[in-house]
Amino acid sequence: MSQTIANPPVVRLGTDYIGKPTSRVDGTAKVTGAAKYAAEYNVPNLLYGVVVCSHITKGRITKIHAADVLAVPGVVQVFSHENVPSLAWFDHNYKDDVAPGGSPFRPLHEPEIRFNMQPVALVVADTFELARYAASILEIEYEVEPHETDLEKKRDDGYEPGRGKSGWMPPPPPRGNPNQAYRKAPHQHEAEYIHLAQHHNPMEMFATTVEWLGDGQKLNIFDKTQGAYNVQQYITKIFGLSKEEARVITKYTGGGFGSGLRPQYQAFMAVLAALELKQSVRVSLTRQQMFSFGHRPHTLQYVKLAADDNGTLQALHHSALAETSQFEDFTENVVNWSGMLYQCENVKLKYQLAKADVFSPLDMRAPGAATGSYALEVAMDELAYKAGIDPLQFRLLNYADRDQNADKPFSSKKLRECYHQGAAKFGWDKRNPKPRSMRKNGKLVGYGMATGVWDATQKKAAAKACFTADGRLTVSSASNDIGTGTYTIMTQIAAQTLGLPLEAVTFVLGDTNLPEAPVQGGSWTAASVGSAVEAVCQDLGKSLLKLAQKMDDSPLKGVDFEDVQFVNGLIRRNDDIQQSVVIRDVLQANGEKELTAESGAAPDMMKQMGYSMHAHNAVFVEVQVDEELGTLHVTRVVNAVAAGRILNPKTARSQVLGSIVWGIGMALMEETIMDHGFGRFMNHNLAEYHIPVMADIHDLQVVFVEEEDEIVNPLGVKGIGEVGLLGVAAAISNAAFHATGKRVRDLPVLINKLM
Amino acid sequence: MSQLAQPTLGRAPVALAPTQPLTLRINGENRTLNVAPWTTLLDALREYLDLTGTKKGCDHGQCGACTVLVNGKRINSCLSLAVMQESEDITTIEGIGTAEELHPLQQAFIDHDAFQCGYCTPGQICSAVALLKEGRGKTEAEVRDLMSGNLCRCGAYTNILSAVMEVVNAQKA
Repeated sequence: MSQTIANPPVVRLGTDYIGKPTSRVDGTAKVTGAAKYAAEYNVPNLLYGVVVCSHITKGRITKIHAADVLAVPGVVQVFSHENVPSLAWFDHNYKDDVAPGGSPFRPLHEPEIRFNMQPVALVVADTFELARYAASILEIEYEVEPHETDLEKKRDDGYEPGRGKSGWMPPPPPRGNPNQAYRKAPHQHEAEYIHLAQHHNPMEMFATTVEWLGDGQKLNIFDKTQGAYNVQQYITKIFGLSKEEARVITKYTGGGFGSGLRPQYQAFMAVLAALELKQSVRVSLTRQQMFSFGHRPHTLQYVKLAADDNGTLQALHHSALAETSQFEDFTENVVNWSGMLYQCENVKLKYQLAKADVFSPLDMRAPGAATGSYALEVAMDELAYKAGIDPLQFRLLNYADRDQNADKPFSSKKLRECYHQGAAKFGWDKRNPKPRSMRKNGKLVGYGMATGVWDATQKKAAAKACFTADGRLTVSSASNDIGTGTYTIMTQIAAQTLGLPLEAVTFVLGDTNLPEAPVQGGSWTAASVGSAVEAVCQDLGKSLLKLAQKMDDSPLKGVDFEDVQFVNGLIRRNDDIQQSVVIRDVLQANGEKELTAESGAAPDMMKQMGYSMHAHNAVFVEVQVDEELGTLHVTRVVNAVAAGRILNPKTARSQVLGSIVWGIGMALMEETIMDHGFGRFMNHNLAEYHIPVMADIHDLQVVFVEEEDEIVNPLGVKGIGEVGLLGVAAAISNAAFHATGKRVRDLPVLINKLM
Repeated sequence: MSQLAQPTLGRAPVALAPTQPLTLRINGENRTLNVAPWTTLLDALREYLDLTGTKKGCDHGQCGACTVLVNGKRINSCLSLAVMQESEDITTIEGIGTAEELHPLQQAFIDHDAFQCGYCTPGQICSAVALLKEGRGKTEAEVRDLMSGNLCRCGAYTNILSAVMEVVNAQKA
């Protein structure tokens, strides 16, 4: 079966896919409507549950008039704290993988109300319409207590959080003498920067379909989540189920942005109802309820910066006070980035929380960094003006070649190239620094820029590969694709590693029957799952080589794995590429039907410990302001990103484009406004919580700066889900100042604040 | 604070409307189902006919994810009751094209990477199909305006615009 290729293919590496623009492998499923999301598994004998939420913010339930509702024909049950069976008792059973410190909220656990829109009952009926109607007439009586939901009233109640969630770092201790350095410096700036709560609002609303498989077999849980394993461990611990009894499946996720990192209450409720009723149940949340389980926290930030006459930063103070719930310490890294983005000898960072009667905040795209970089980067712009230095030049003057927080070199950092390439593409040199100096078509024009930094993280992940005699490779890992392109990049990595055509490779994800992968978040999926996929394909390749060497007249006899390459469907010798074996013949020649490998990857701590590993970006923005009409448009954005190796420039560009759109929303539209009298978010729908529409989006351009990094992981990828958002809101704010001469320090930059 | 407590609703359960057989013409096929008058077209498609390609993003006519065509015109199916559509010609994403034979817009959406999570995509495509028929949307600025009823939280607008313009321009040629 072995053969010598007389005419080697002209394209030497026809199966090299990494780094090439590749259309999504799940594209056809998505454009034809075939892709199934959590609420779309129409299993037989399905019951529908609708959640009832509290109208009050604090107090306790005194009576639930369930009997009236149960009298409606077709209503099956009303679940509340009054009839929930005995479940796990200890807090740790309710802690998920990414839970913050504190005591997790337990749905339907007790009569106490801790936040507005707290889920208090689940009404289950034969049809969705009936459940919705029954939920609307369920009368609940409450005893109301006074509440406080306003962070502004908690300014003096800040405290340093204790142990936070995984990945949270308390700010480093102060360095130098920041107070004295600030006082002595000729150019000073200090100001407060504010933003209210923001909500993720993925287009798909949270939903869980639980398929009841019968006693002893239990449940298939089709859930909207960013981590199937995280939901499984949460459900199994609370309900005392084995992993076999609670299979969690999530093949397609209609957006996450952090909202699906923690298991949400509809999953708990659907499982509860299915177990109690011994029947399949679906629970979908409403858009209003999408505002009931976590948000980017309302945060107050104070920045003090000082520079000398040369434009060298002399002092940097950055403090933040963020809201959290009464029961958990939700933490994010808001201020730490300020200690590493610029070279500065005198730095003081502070991060505090204050408790309010709200639900625990939740990681939302680039948590902490999106917020922190907004405040820091607007303050940098303000100081640049005071010192009379171009904002880009000011950043270049204070460029950090070393992470001063960790006192380590960067594994790689091409931020300088981001500045240069981004500025060139944008035409920053055409900027007249004077505010209100540039006009076009009767409108004020403003140019602004900003920058950002995000962690390059790798987590432990496992994967399985199975090659069959028909030449097909299936690789699997219980990762997720929330729109990030996981299906596609993993297919590319697997195909290239084993030299197979893309069409011969299938990547399977989102199922706890597959090898474990971390929740999809933190921009770590490409690095973590990608490394596992590469490793398992290499292991499979080693087995394939051994089998190939057993073939009659094999030209590969006696060579090591390192001495061959998997290319164009062949295993061939490095020293003579004409000596090769056709991969799909290997199993047949050995009489094997399939060959499998299971493996994984984890960060190489020894290699990484000496380095600070981060992705960076630089954003340049043009806005046009019509002062008579009172409109502000973001007419042009260039976002230059250095994030290591880009696996798929097509899908990666889309992620960064999406980040820019998020930045435009954050800068100009997004705020969830609470009526503190009621303690309730008032604009909890998509007509009043504004996100950008197509008419808001104009010329957006993405630049990927080449960056090689052998430290972060074998693939050299840093991840791009978050970094693209950084600096966007600040750059827009800075451009708005340049256009109008008015500085707005509370997001969003609404036109009434500019006029 | 007690005046902020939930007032007594005073809503006793009312007599529920019975279900009735209803025939809808969907993607060229007659489909009969039993629904009550309060069932929306969107829920009829998703929950009664297993046509889950049409998405629910808000259930309030605010996001466009549930866009379908009724007699070639785009509507939000969450704002229409199924019983109102008895004699109409309904087209959902499943009737726009198939995996084997994609509509030019579906192919353009793949080629231009005009989606990420894919949840708003069927609504975007149905909306664009209708837009082409409306005889409007000849320039980028017009398409931006006329596609603004379909939200995309992934922010794929730049690529959706490119995909739609490719088909618009192909039709012009």
